[in-house]
Amino acid sequence: MSASGDAFGSIGRRAFLKAGGALVVGFAIGVPSAGRAQSTARGATAGPPNPELIDTWLAIHADNTATLYIGYVELGQGTTTALPQIAAEELDLALEQISTAQHDTNVTPNQGGTYSSASIARGGPQVRRAAAEARRVLLELASERLGVPVERLRVENGVVTAEGTNRSVTYGELVGGRLFEVPFTGEARPKSPDQYKLVGKPAPRKDLPAKVAGTYTYIQHLRLPGMLHGRVVRPRGQRAYGAGARVVGVDESSIAHIEGARVLRKGDFLGVVAPNEWAAVRAARELKVSWDDRPSLPPFDRLYETMRADETDDTVVLERGSVAEAFASAAHRVTFSSRCPYQAHATFAPNCALADVKADSALVIAPTQDAYGTRRTLAALLGLPEDKVRVQYCESSGTYGHSCYDDVAQAAALMSQLAGAPVRVQLMRWDEHGWDPYGPAHVGEVQVAADTNGKLVAYEYHGWHHNWSLIETSQQLAEGTEPAEWPFLVSQQVSPQNCGAMYAIENLKLVNHRLRTAKYLRCGWLRSPLDLSLSFTSEQAIDELAYRLGEDPCEFRRRNIADERWLGVLDAAARAASWTPRPARADRNDGPVVRGRGIGLGTHLASWGGAVAEIAVNKQTGHVAIEHLYGAIDAGLVVNPAIVEAQIMGQLVQTASRMLFEEVTFDERGVTSLDWNGYRVIRFEECPEITPVIVQRLDQPYSGAGEEVMAAAAAAIANAFFDATGVRMTEYPFTPRRVLAALSSA
Amino acid sequence: MASRFRIRVNGRAHTVRAEPDTPLLYVLTNDLELKGPRFGCGLAQCGSCSVLIDGVERRSCVTPIATVENAEITTLEGLTRWFAAKRGLSAVPDLHPVQQAMLDEQAPQCGYCYNGMIIKAAELLEQNGDPSDAEIRAAMNGHLCRCGTYPRIVNAIKRAAQTMRASPEDRE
Ligand code: FES
Ligand code: FES
Repeated sequence: MSASGDAFGSIGRRAFLKAGGALVVGFAIGVPSAGRAQSTARGATAGPPNPELIDTWLAIHADNTATLYIGYVELGQGTTTALPQIAAEELDLALEQISTAQHDTNVTPNQGGTYSSASIARGGPQVRRAAAEARRVLLELASERLGVPVERLRVENGVVTAEGTNRSVTYGELVGGRLFEVPFTGEARPKSPDQYKLVGKPAPRKDLPAKVAGTYTYIQHLRLPGMLHGRVVRPRGQRAYGAGARVVGVDESSIAHIEGARVLRKGDFLGVVAPNEWAAVRAARELKVSWDDRPSLPPFDRLYETMRADETDDTVVLERGSVAEAFASAAHRVTFSSRCPYQAHATFAPNCALADVKADSALVIAPTQDAYGTRRTLAALLGLPEDKVRVQYCESSGTYGHSCYDDVAQAAALMSQLAGAPVRVQLMRWDEHGWDPYGPAHVGEVQVAADTNGKLVAYEYHGWHHNWSLIETSQQLAEGTEPAEWPFLVSQQVSPQNCGAMYAIENLKLVNHRLRTAKYLRCGWLRSPLDLSLSFTSEQAIDELAYRLGEDPCEFRRRNIADERWLGVLDAAARAASWTPRPARADRNDGPVVRGRGIGLGTHLASWGGAVAEIAVNKQTGHVAIEHLYGAIDAGLVVNPAIVEAQIMGQLVQTASRMLFEEVTFDERGVTSLDWNGYRVIRFEECPEITPVIVQRLDQPYSGAGEEVMAAAAAAIANAFFDATGVRMTEYPFTPRRVLAALSSA
Repeated sequence: MASRFRIRVNGRAHTVRAEPDTPLLYVLTNDLELKGPRFGCGLAQCGSCSVLIDGVERRSCVTPIATVENAEITTLEGLTRWFAAKRGLSAVPDLHPVQQAMLDEQAPQCGYCYNGMIIKAAELLEQNGDPSDAEIRAAMNGHLCRCGTYPRIVNAIKRAAQTMRASPEDRE
């Protein structure tokens, strides 16, 4: 069985390097050793394979192991453990008997991209269905073989036994190495949750042994025979999305002294290649290029004013009741406005991709979240039909959304096409930080009102931001493509889930003010898109209302809560933090370091999140320490609680980082936060204690758990700041400078 | 001009041809095909490329090849061997106690930063067999984990320290 821990199965890196012919090597990637013959056939034609066939999803090997073919990728979030867990459950296999094939557009199905916490929410039911169909067929075959009706068969670890006899047959003996060649019947019935033996229980991650041993293959480790090392050449720090980066002149002689280095150019897309990697790095650094350097961005210190005053396309996202009347007659009203920064994916490893582009076909290996989506844009860029482009996934460091992985795939493809040789492109730290599709900045204005009984009666939210950029940098520079925006609206607008949905409010209005993207920064989805900004704004207003009413913020939320799922996470977070009721500011302490606690609710698109934060603020230095974060998620049925606990931990630490440190900075000529000094993220000494809480709901459908407690935690941190200081932060990150300014103007 | 350099990595001598200013990292990954040290920033800011040079954690991304000719370089691949030699163990274990503890704690997410985390923690535990939380955080503070797995790394280092103190084979 190929260990899914090593992305390239039994094919070691050395073999990979030595094997002749890149395409051949490429085709062997992800082939499980036990099922090679069959799987080679699998890779021979362009996908996606028919999702209604069992063979698309599953192969049973002669040694009684299985390979699961999934269209989701391992990003360190446990997909290659949790989805096999679902399949193993239905098939009564041990988790060790099932591994996953690497995502590959010639092999694996199209499940639509590993984002919006989709792998379990959308992929789970698909895998469960396929595994149940396979089990149905396997039991029919076993029934024939053993001469016993299906009802009298028992399965354990892939061994089918006739009840009350010692006769048995393994799955491997029944179909090992052959295809099922059976479509779904729709008759297979998945197990009911009370029969679960594996699902709902913690299981160790399959990819971790190789990751701690240092034998795991990340994309940065791959090499293709005869390949060149490539680097992109761009200004340090992107300009406005609409401005691209215009080349005025290139002095190729400036790198003539670097052995084997060549300049590649298509339009404004500029790169260098060399057989030696350090030569490529030096060539990119030393190549003399003059860029059109006209200012294109709004002044950094007037960003929010510019956004607020700019031309917008306005949409009423949701409206019910009569907000104006309700506000007019309400006993208590609070308005609050916020300014929230651009933040970066800032992947720990800059993205990397390899491409071998020939006249009539292309192989591209990239750390994409959506191999089929990447294939589509690559085909257009290379002028090849889609079925002549093969995209294979290989893991890089965590991406937390749409980082530069599509951009680097395009860069590698373009450079391979221009060089006529396989090319590996490794972005440099400043490329990744400087040309990231950031999470958009946001200006929020919210008004909330309660009646004399402390019941929420009206809510209105206005949000200003711009959409995600559709055109990758490489394509934009190479072809001069006009900037365009992602058409997909959910996650790019004021989201009902974070603006009022957690409370029962009769009168509610949400308005989205969409800015035109061209004069702002390039943007994309960053883990829990817009949610932190929305809840930072919305939940502070709710908190302020509780404070004005002299109520405990948790009790106030409980009384107004929308439903039992929200109540469940609110109570779970409060209980974990041993929350005792008191209004904010009731425990005032007046030394130089003041402490506070805060609570918040929020989510992404599905699931429910609640969080409590405990923080300390040094009023003399402006330094904020987040001491403890408690985060509760209700994601329906949680397949592997150990993985979800780890996900909650990661979300809470990242939220602490985003609230305290992270902010993309720029001047009118471009982005200036280009490395880990310019773009600060949280470190060991600043990391809070973390308490993850899972609200397990065995009887509810799976929903996402990879980004659903960040909004709640952002709000909890902001509310804790108020509890500690009596001052509401209207902007994050809470840098010492910003904190001191807020404290002194209060 | 490219020159020839003799380096010792994980107990073996290698001769490589490189420009003298080539960072050691590129030689380890390209010429020696090692997977432990890996590119993260190239600026000595993140710890992704860490190796032990004469037992001290160093950033191979900013260490020119010309400066390490007479040094003993240990990468993640050679860590168990280095550990066994330090401790006078009769056999080289499959994993360093820090690696085993990282696994027991299910610490990594993407795991890319773990080369540096393991190297740095192994260095720390040679100097301080019973570090406090604060000492661990201070020692590790120059290593970033963007996935936010710091709490489990701290737990794993404490667990490894305990194993190493309890180990009967530890003859120090
Ligand atoms: S790659 Fe060397 S410290 Fe980041
Ligand atoms: S585990 Fe992903 S960067 Fe540390």
